[in-house]
Amino acid sequence: MSQPRMGFFTDTSVCIGCKACEVACKEWNRVPDDGFNLLGLSYDNTGNLGANTWRHVAFIEQPKPAGEEPGGARGDLRWLMSSDVCKHCTEAGCLDVCPTGALFRTEFGTVVVQEDICNGCGYCVPACPFGVIDRRESDGKAWKCTLCYDRIGEGQTPACAQACPTASIQFGPLEELRERAHGRVEELVAAGVPDARLYGDDPADGVGGAGAMFLLLDEPEVYGLPPDPVVPTRALGSMWRHAAAAAAVFAGLGVTTFAGRRR
Amino acid sequence: MAEAHPVGFQWVVEAKARGATVIHVDPRYTRTSALADVHVPMRAGSDIAFLGALVNHVLSNDLWFRDYVLAYTNASFLVREDFRDTEDLGGLFSGFDPSSRTYETESWQYDGIAVGAEEKDAEEQTSKYEEPGSGHQFGSGGAALDPGRPTRDLTLQHPRCVLQVLKRHFARYTPEMVEQVCGVPREQFAKVADAVSSNSGRDRTTAFVYSVGWTQHTVGAQYIRTASILQLLLGNMGRPGGGILALRGHASIQGSTDIPTLYNLLPGYIPMPHANHHESLREFLRLNTPAGGFFGNMPAYVVSLLKAYWGDAALPSNDFCFDYLPRLTGDHSHFPTVLKQVEGECKGYFLIGENPAVGSSNGKLQRLGMANLDWLVVRDFALIESATWWKDGPEIESGELRTDDIGTEVFFLPAAAHTEKAGTFTNTQRLLQWRHQAVEPQDDQRSDLWFIYHLGRLIRAKLAAGNDSQEPDSIDRPVLDLTWDYPTRGEHQDPDGEAVLREINGWDADGTALSGYLDLKDDGSTACGCWIYSGCYADGVNQTARRKPGHAQSWVAPEWGWAWPLNRRILYNRASADLAGRPWSDRKAYVWWDESAGKWTGHDVPDFAGDKSPAYEPPRGARAQDAIGGGDPFIMQTDGKAWLYVPSGLTDGPMPTHYEPQESPFDNALYGQQWNPARQVLRHRRNRNNPSGSERGSELFPYVVTTYRLTEHHTAGGMSRWLPYLAELQPELFCEVSPQLAAQRGLRHMGWATIVTARTAIEARVMVTERMAPLTVQGRETHQVGLPFHWGRNGHVTGDVVNDLLGLSLDPNVHIQESKAASCDIQPGRRPRGPALLAFVEGYQRRAGITEDTGTASATVPVPPRPEAGR
Repeated sequence: MSQPRMGFFTDTSVCIGCKACEVACKEWNRVPDDGFNLLGLSYDNTGNLGANTWRHVAFIEQPKPAGEEPGGARGDLRWLMSSDVCKHCTEAGCLDVCPTGALFRTEFGTVVVQEDICNGCGYCVPACPFGVIDRRESDGKAWKCTLCYDRIGEGQTPACAQACPTASIQFGPLEELRERAHGRVEELVAAGVPDARLYGDDPADGVGGAGAMFLLLDEPEVYGLPPDPVVPTRALGSMWRHAAAAAAVFAGLGVTTFAGRRR
Repeated sequence: MAEAHPVGFQWVVEAKARGATVIHVDPRYTRTSALADVHVPMRAGSDIAFLGALVNHVLSNDLWFRDYVLAYTNASFLVREDFRDTEDLGGLFSGFDPSSRTYETESWQYDGIAVGAEEKDAEEQTSKYEEPGSGHQFGSGGAALDPGRPTRDLTLQHPRCVLQVLKRHFARYTPEMVEQVCGVPREQFAKVADAVSSNSGRDRTTAFVYSVGWTQHTVGAQYIRTASILQLLLGNMGRPGGGILALRGHASIQGSTDIPTLYNLLPGYIPMPHANHHESLREFLRLNTPAGGFFGNMPAYVVSLLKAYWGDAALPSNDFCFDYLPRLTGDHSHFPTVLKQVEGECKGYFLIGENPAVGSSNGKLQRLGMANLDWLVVRDFALIESATWWKDGPEIESGELRTDDIGTEVFFLPAAAHTEKAGTFTNTQRLLQWRHQAVEPQDDQRSDLWFIYHLGRLIRAKLAAGNDSQEPDSIDRPVLDLTWDYPTRGEHQDPDGEAVLREINGWDADGTALSGYLDLKDDGSTACGCWIYSGCYADGVNQTARRKPGHAQSWVAPEWGWAWPLNRRILYNRASADLAGRPWSDRKAYVWWDESAGKWTGHDVPDFAGDKSPAYEPPRGARAQDAIGGGDPFIMQTDGKAWLYVPSGLTDGPMPTHYEPQESPFDNALYGQQWNPARQVLRHRRNRNNPSGSERGSELFPYVVTTYRLTEHHTAGGMSRWLPYLAELQPELFCEVSPQLAAQRGLRHMGWATIVTARTAIEARVMVTERMAPLTVQGRETHQVGLPFHWGRNGHVTGDVVNDLLGLSLDPNVHIQESKAASCDIQPGRRPRGPALLAFVEGYQRRAGITEDTGTASATVPVPPRPEAGR
């Protein structure tokens, strides 16, 4: 089909932590607030992605020099900010385990929950290697970023990317974004930010490549991202193969046993 | 900027992507610092020392832009012989009168200017004292000068020429002094100095961006003046990529000074007439019309304004109803008015989109003032603290007020949001942008325009029904004769904002929309609501609603919105060309003189008479714009020059001087004079000051405190604390402290702290962060406490009122309060409740020996006697 796979590229090197993405997402998608709790995690008071937070900006205060002082300021300190979101994996654990078909892959290659079909079984929650999808206490259903399925279907930009003032969040055809992301990393490394790296851009990774990739300035763990995520259902094929083999062995043993009796 | 103006910060990010170096100077490491190339932490309240040292760096290393400075500034003008600098008087300028705490500015004048000559009468002599607050009127041009031609020395060698005066004045602003005063190591200062000066000149320009971190000081206007001097010396004014940009605290604050909510201005920076000095239109115009520059057309602006106000009733025979204008009788600015409320003199109060119970310094005085009114009208989105203090304010808790005793009648009227009404915002670039209405307001919510219009309509109806309304001398005539006939629309009868904008633009006798302020006449044949906005409705089209995308037009984007004056995007842009009218460089070409066509041309609308040759010399006796030479870009100044040294118009000195904030743990390291001697102090038992520097009791308040905003909230919280999506992002008041200060005072991250000043004590959750860096000031480790000020007791998220901590000491030019630097104590744990809080604060006052007089001294060095005569 001519419709390319669509996705996000979040360039955290220009994120200013304004959280416009969090707010725009909630406004558009009518996501409830996540509670009024001062967390003490720098300026982060939503904590993590969940049923009621589909974009989440992490704030990391580091006593670390940022290369040749790019993005860097005082020299002995830097403040990393990064807007996290559902990765819309190529191999999506949530979708694999959903028994009702509430989760489905759209024509844009994104993964979306249909709330009217979701029965709240919650299988998808542990199946996500990023801890993104989550059940909402109030209605029991599973919720996560839809990559604004209703907006992009109308040729519009997802609310978060639309609201982002510094183009930290970019939306577009995944292949274009991947190219742009690689160019941006090269640019930053050349400018003296050797730590700049991409996350979620490798189609050979544990989720078969993500539909949302990130430019990070440090190890993924620093941002609360798993360093080497693997979709748990990836082992499903081999599990079934192993199970089948085991079954075959047992069957063989049985045959032998019975055969022996016959004797 | 990223904190308070995230949307505007996109352009900084874009500039950075194109190679710009971003330097952030701020007490705190903020979200701006995170993206900056360099962050310079400094002590709050020490910026003039820092900027002054940059000026000194540029002057003493000969890094200034000679051709620009010589041609376009007053560098070559000679200052009078009897002028004395702060160098000579321990931090005072000549002319200081300690009894009135004001300067007599005569000695600041240029040599050759005839002060007090000819037609001056006794009344005008008093105006030689710069009145507090007079600075407001210079929002679109400088002060008038007395007649005469200043003596100049084009070699710039004369010891009394402005350049040499500046050099001497700033000589003591050294990198070592920056280290002592600001706590900025000299290496770091050198880095900034190199970056700024090497990025300025023919090929490059540097811009400064500031906000209320500069203005809210007892020397606020002089902060900006220091930056102006630096930018002029480097040739960064009137050129692309240069300038000084004021970020505003709220949408359309620029608009609210252009068409002012200020008591002492009329639209377009025309001064409000004074009861004693301006009895007739002729007298008003005579005293307020400078000889040169575009304010020389003051009669046309004023008469056209009067015609807009009073239409057919405004006639030459009745001075165009000039008598109908209210008159000033003194200082009616915000804080003196609050004191008048406390004293029972001011009886009524409108609060339209303002929450002073939370957002204004010394919140207690604000609330006590409101408790002493007859009536209070609050128009806002939700029941803000300014509408509910009478039942649940801090003074109810402390027992200072009892609800039953409060006689104020409080009216709350719900307001429509910006999405629910149409109109313009004017941004800091003087750009008017029209907003269309998205949805109708719900329930009883109405626009401000609706409220004012219908209130006026009802008042007029009541007055018209009165007995003496037909009398020609009725005191109601000013209201009855107003033009008050705007078309309304919709079920709510909302007035049509475009009709108002059209009136602001102005029209001629036939009702045809004017094309700009050059069309204005002083004979009553034109009406115009605000002369600088004239042209915003040119050709009968709402020019402010233009939204041609950037990619569809030139990089200056003249067809996006409309900028005053006359859609010029960069003011004074004639300075982007050299004296002969050629661009300073190809890279920075902006507007230039086309000799063959005999006109100015370029990327922007030239901010200059289009056909005035660079060679034009004004003939003797020329007036208004004709008195501006072809080589004088600063056309709103009476002499066309940019003023490095300000002989007239400032109340507290012709050059910026570092004084300590009203409350400071330090003595002034630069001069014996501790404070701005002309600052306004409001002596009141509810407005006591902490002792400063080496004064006894100062040690009880050893920390610097500064207040600020966070991205997630809006000012006093009226627009954010009631919105769950914003409230959850910063759900509680907190104070930011360094790990070192936390260790020193036993503060625990996410525990509680009590912050104390002479006014009160508040509590806040503790945020321990490396982003607050201790500084070494005058050899002492110095800690700063950071306090965002968004909270009160109402809304989804609450907290103590930070502004209750702050006192009222004001900049004398513009009456702004000093809320960005003060001193405090901080202790672990929550504050006392109820009356115990008062006792707790009184304990501090007693131990520190604080009285109403603490910190109110004016001159702290001997004042030389002023010569009695010989003017």
